[in-house]
Amino acid sequence: MDFTLLDGLMPKDISTHGYQIDRLLEYLHWFMLLIFIGWAIFLTYTLVKFRARQGHKASYDEIKAKPSKYAEIFVVAFELVLLVGLAVPTFAYVRTDFPGKDKNPVEIRVVAEQFQWNMHYPGEDGVFGKTRPDLVASDNLVGLDLSDPAAGDDFVVPTMHVPVDRPVVLQLSSKDVIHSFFIPVMRVKQDVIPGMSIPMWFEATETGEYQIACAQLCGNNHFRMSAQFYVDTEKDYAAFLAENAPGGDDEEEEEEEEDE
Amino acid sequence: MSDHEHHDPGFIRKYVFSVDHKVIGIQYTVTSLLFLLFGFGLMMIMRAQLAYPQGDFSFLERIFGEAGFVGGAMLPEFYNQLGAMHGTIMVFLGVVPLAVGGFGNYVMPLQIGAPDMAFPKLNMASYWVYLPGGLIMLSSFFVEGGAAQYGWTAYPPLANTQPEYLGQTLWLVGMVFLITSSLLGSVNFIVTIVQLRVKGLSFFRLPFFVWAQFITSFLLLLAFPPLEAAGVMQLMDRVAGTSFFMPDGLVIGGRPANVAGGGNPLLWQHLFWFLAHPEVYVLILPALGIVGEVIANNTRKPLWGYRSLVYSVIFLGFMSFIVWAHHMFMTGMGQTLSIFFQTTTMIISIPSVIILTALILSLWGGSIRFNVPMLFALSFLPMFGIGGLTGLPLGLAASDIQLHDTYYVIGHFHFVVAPGTLMALFAGIYYWYPKATGRMMNEMLGKLHWIGTLVFLNGVFIPMFVQGLAGVSRRLYDQTWYEHGKEVQNWTVASSWSAWLLGIAQIPFILNFFLSLRAGKKVGENPWHATTLEWAAPSPPPHGNFTSEPVVYRGPYEYSVPGDSEDYSPQFVQKA
Repeated sequence: MDFTLLDGLMPKDISTHGYQIDRLLEYLHWFMLLIFIGWAIFLTYTLVKFRARQGHKASYDEIKAKPSKYAEIFVVAFELVLLVGLAVPTFAYVRTDFPGKDKNPVEIRVVAEQFQWNMHYPGEDGVFGKTRPDLVASDNLVGLDLSDPAAGDDFVVPTMHVPVDRPVVLQLSSKDVIHSFFIPVMRVKQDVIPGMSIPMWFEATETGEYQIACAQLCGNNHFRMSAQFYVDTEKDYAAFLAENAPGGDDEEEEEEEEDE
Repeated sequence: MSDHEHHDPGFIRKYVFSVDHKVIGIQYTVTSLLFLLFGFGLMMIMRAQLAYPQGDFSFLERIFGEAGFVGGAMLPEFYNQLGAMHGTIMVFLGVVPLAVGGFGNYVMPLQIGAPDMAFPKLNMASYWVYLPGGLIMLSSFFVEGGAAQYGWTAYPPLANTQPEYLGQTLWLVGMVFLITSSLLGSVNFIVTIVQLRVKGLSFFRLPFFVWAQFITSFLLLLAFPPLEAAGVMQLMDRVAGTSFFMPDGLVIGGRPANVAGGGNPLLWQHLFWFLAHPEVYVLILPALGIVGEVIANNTRKPLWGYRSLVYSVIFLGFMSFIVWAHHMFMTGMGQTLSIFFQTTTMIISIPSVIILTALILSLWGGSIRFNVPMLFALSFLPMFGIGGLTGLPLGLAASDIQLHDTYYVIGHFHFVVAPGTLMALFAGIYYWYPKATGRMMNEMLGKLHWIGTLVFLNGVFIPMFVQGLAGVSRRLYDQTWYEHGKEVQNWTVASSWSAWLLGIAQIPFILNFFLSLRAGKKVGENPWHATTLEWAAPSPPPHGNFTSEPVVYRGPYEYSVPGDSEDYSPQFVQKA
């Protein structure tokens, strides 16, 4: 891709699908720039040429504006092409083309609350334990029901680790108000709405440490509702899982990031 | 208002509880200008926090006290109050009342040759519901917990999380007043335009401004009731323990929330945006109307494509009702819905492009006078253009993924409403001031105001596109919390300084507005040599408007008609 207009303005893209979004943005901004320059030239020329002055009279007749017809047809055609050719397929891909089991996706539940993100990993068995809102407590942030056998190996951490080059499927939910899960470098954003569980997927192409942001006003500390986001090698990721897997006693892996 | 003659009805009936559309129009204009100034002031305080997030604002603390500051630092809750109230005040107490209540009330009846509105008392009621609504909003700054702090969109459940604070409740009550006021006004406008047009004034001889007000009134009439209903529902959620917008299983602040549950937070968003998208066109259409009037008058030639302008405005009004969910692409919307709303959003851009194109083409072949109203109207064109164009990436769901709820959105809609609509409203003030007062505003001060406003408005809003592309979320009390926010913090500082300079740039306008009441050059009925009916009335028009009932003989913009001795042929002058 030869991106030039928005390069340097946008954060880098480390996702498999992001180029589609960036391409669309790039085309759109070139289009906007082109139209704006067209207007600006016409406007400047017209204002100089038809300024009121001695001996100059306005003409009553309407100009035949063939070029404006063409310009309008061009605008409509361009919008149609972008809509049908790029925007709709891209959004469909991002929103509905979830990776199948054969791709071995990592599954994480994200439970948002004022003002932190709780990452709920299913543990070794790959099955999430049951959760109930009435079990939520300061040492059980997602309300995990420990009487459920599937819950035994689950753990909850305040930062997200994902492996590189492997699809990730998130289930987003919120305990209290609407938040919005946004990773600028991953080209993903999804509102997190209480009462709903919304799935989302992405795949990282580069390891590193990045930030998750909240994009929806969620209260006083909205501005600092961030979380660290690590894209690990498979080896580092395995180490992360092992480190956090509950050992003999189940629940010591809770975050200390209470309201400061 | 110095040179009103004093006769029968007495001061109170004449200037306070007046039924005269002109007095009501001026009441609306002055009140909404004050609210605009106030809302702008809130923003200038926000800009301090944004530019210098760790700054020492002891000088502000001395003014606002401990409710908003601790040890010189601004509190996030105070910042959020400023943000929510800035948006609410600018839209519902500033721009709409100025564009519709002010200009609509004052100019529209004159332009159709009517002695007054169809329902003068309803008109008075509309203002006297609007004012208390505004005062209720303002009063919320003084209650415990301060004013509403959940954004001008007031999304639940957040807006319901602190029921002990009165601010949001007052906000909802204020909204109910403001909506009621708009409804009273819109019914009146529609009936007046349909019923009170003077002899000879067919629909296709109406000035473009009247068409714009006509469609605007329909939007207000049809779009506001859902928000009024939603406002009452949220009010009930807060005060009566209902849960229209509150789902089951909420755990707020670590404790299960004491709500019945079963509601849906997205319902509010649908109801809110079902109003708030047409509302965007309520903000734009009157502005387009004003720009049309000023351009025709100062190019000295007819508007290009008058009929296509009218059809576009009608189509725009209709379409504005079926694009609302493009504000909600990120709520987890399915494919079918998102395709529908992306398509309608692209479709609605077509009439907007046609209107803008027609206005630009109207300049071609003119004899363009660069007076103050025209400078503002001309600046509107590219500014509104930027606003419209930057809507494209937000209207397509895929590109919206990256830009949704970032500063890009703020830049986009401000370009539509601030450098766009506000420029047009200033054009309108300079253009009709001589009609309303009998005196011209000062040209030099006007040009000073124009250049400062144009430069600094761009200085405020262009940086926001850079911030947005960088991924900075909106409504952040301190964007330097994020790495990508730190990188573009310099742009935020530039934006803030532009905002403060923009404030200084308004001083010539304020001076001009008041000084010209006494010192402005006196003018006759038609100082701009214009063609529409308001210029047939004396300046200022007396009660009842016209000295004799005018008759309309031709279309609204008959400028430079071949064979005429003058370069304008007013609608109200019969040719020999």
